[in-house]
Amino acid sequence: MKIKQISLFLENKPGHLNAICRTLANAGINIVTLSLADTQQFGIVRLIVEEWQKAKDILEAAGYVVNVREVVAAAVADRPGGMAELLDVIGKADVNIEYMYAFTFRHGKEAVLVFRFDNPDKAIEALKAAGRDVLDAVALFSKAK
Amino acid sequence: MSLYEFAHDLDTPVHPVSAPDYMPVDQLRALQLHRLQGLVKRVYENVPLTRKRMDERGVRPEHIKTLKDIALLPFSMKTDLRDEYPFGLFASPLNDIVRFHCSSGTTGKPIVIGNTQNDIRVWQNGCMRALAMGGVRSSDVMQVAYGYGLFTGGLGLHYGGEGLGCAVLPISGGNTDRQLMLMKDLCVTVIACTPSYFLHLIDEGMKKGIDFRKDMKLKHGFFGAEPWTEEMRNKIESLTGIVAHDIYGLTEISGPGVANDCQYRHGLHVFEDHFYPEIIDPQTLEPLPDGEKGELVFTTLTRTGTPMLRYRTRDLSRIRTEKCPCGRTIRTFERISARSDDMLIIRGVNVFPSQIEAGLLSIDAVLPHYRIIVNKDGDLDTIEIQVEVTHEVFSDDIKSLEKLRARIAHAVQRIINISAKITLVEPHTLPRSEGKICRVTDLRKKA
Repeated sequence: MKIKQISLFLENKPGHLNAICRTLANAGINIVTLSLADTQQFGIVRLIVEEWQKAKDILEAAGYVVNVREVVAAAVADRPGGMAELLDVIGKADVNIEYMYAFTFRHGKEAVLVFRFDNPDKAIEALKAAGRDVLDAVALFSKAK
Repeated sequence: MSLYEFAHDLDTPVHPVSAPDYMPVDQLRALQLHRLQGLVKRVYENVPLTRKRMDERGVRPEHIKTLKDIALLPFSMKTDLRDEYPFGLFASPLNDIVRFHCSSGTTGKPIVIGNTQNDIRVWQNGCMRALAMGGVRSSDVMQVAYGYGLFTGGLGLHYGGEGLGCAVLPISGGNTDRQLMLMKDLCVTVIACTPSYFLHLIDEGMKKGIDFRKDMKLKHGFFGAEPWTEEMRNKIESLTGIVAHDIYGLTEISGPGVANDCQYRHGLHVFEDHFYPEIIDPQTLEPLPDGEKGELVFTTLTRTGTPMLRYRTRDLSRIRTEKCPCGRTIRTFERISARSDDMLIIRGVNVFPSQIEAGLLSIDAVLPHYRIIVNKDGDLDTIEIQVEVTHEVFSDDIKSLEKLRARIAHAVQRIINISAKITLVEPHTLPRSEGKICRVTDLRKKA
């Protein structure tokens, strides 16, 4: 149920993010969603792409430092309180969220969020037990198209 | 069995070319005095600048009666070579010169050194002895990736390797892909280049998935032409499994092969039957006894083209008084960790780039790609160290990168006592060098 996310080290300078996007565009790889974490000096760009292995190889060949992490994609109701309900489940399971961001597409009446948990397996178990929708890679990328 | 014992088969008989390394000390001193007397006479008769300086001090060649009398002689410096450009310091007629070498002065005109047939032979002898000291034999395949041409690195090691009967690959610097391909295909066992270029080769090799331990036959590296640290040596050895030797030399004295370290690494053995070393106090210019730290000075006892009396190298070192367990009687000096020319004065504190390197490399995961930028913020000197982020240290979260930055800053501050700004930069973005690397940019001078 886990999704592969690739992350890259990035200097906080004009044009650097574009260079990454350009490298992926030239290889015909679509970015399903991305998030940027930044400090004054440097940042980390995290990407979800369907062909993550290919993207990793291409970016590494272009000289980037690339890391692969497992994240969880979960659906939340797109209305006030939707996210709070989901976070209740996570909180009760005593799992810590290292970071999270949202997908740009909707999943029916729901939005899809990306979570990096300190204990993804435990989080998935808790979410499923609470009847929440956790998306695997196949489901995720078919929705994204 | 240590890496050393493994790489240096200590049962290997001493190479015949190394015989002078083991000369009884009294014989060595007598030979040096004899050679010094001949040199001083030759220089006095043929080099007007030196004669003038000796006359001013009231010193004549016949005043050199013991080796200690060398202190009567005037020093020579890089500026002399520049001021007397091109032929002013030549002691032989052009007819006897067989090869020029030039070293770029940092500013203005280059310096020109003329080598006679004799000088080339002396130089080759130094390089052969340096390589033999490191365990190189005729069965070795040696890749010379120092630049060939006016720079002495390439041709020096080339003649040294050929002299020993090695198969020499005169590839010169540059074209990293070809370097790696031939290193592998020709089963190269010895590499000679600057340490920074070798790091570049390692780096590019790793990108291509080359495992230096498995895919290469490399056993020895002879690295020099730029200051490097013991930490850098450890890094190179742990990354590749080779034994990294420190080879020392300078164009003004001949080229590489003035000194080299033996398997015990208690400093570099100087081939003092040809290159007589002294340590002086760089302020008072007084000679210092062995064991004390100061500026390294060489007198080229046997050179005839452009011989040097008491040439000031600007390299800071110490001549060791301890006997080396390898049995060589020629003296050793401590590896050069600093050049007085490289010293930065930051907020009134003396800082050597090598200290910064030592601090950086004390952090395990840091690869030695860095750059030092010195600038001014108002009246305050600032120092920034840019360090490339490697795969080993990048872990997808800001916290651990900030932690790494703090660890580096702390390690550097502990050594230089000044806080430096640490900037993490993307891999392969700092300039690489195919020759001598310049890691320091001092922007204060432009301001």
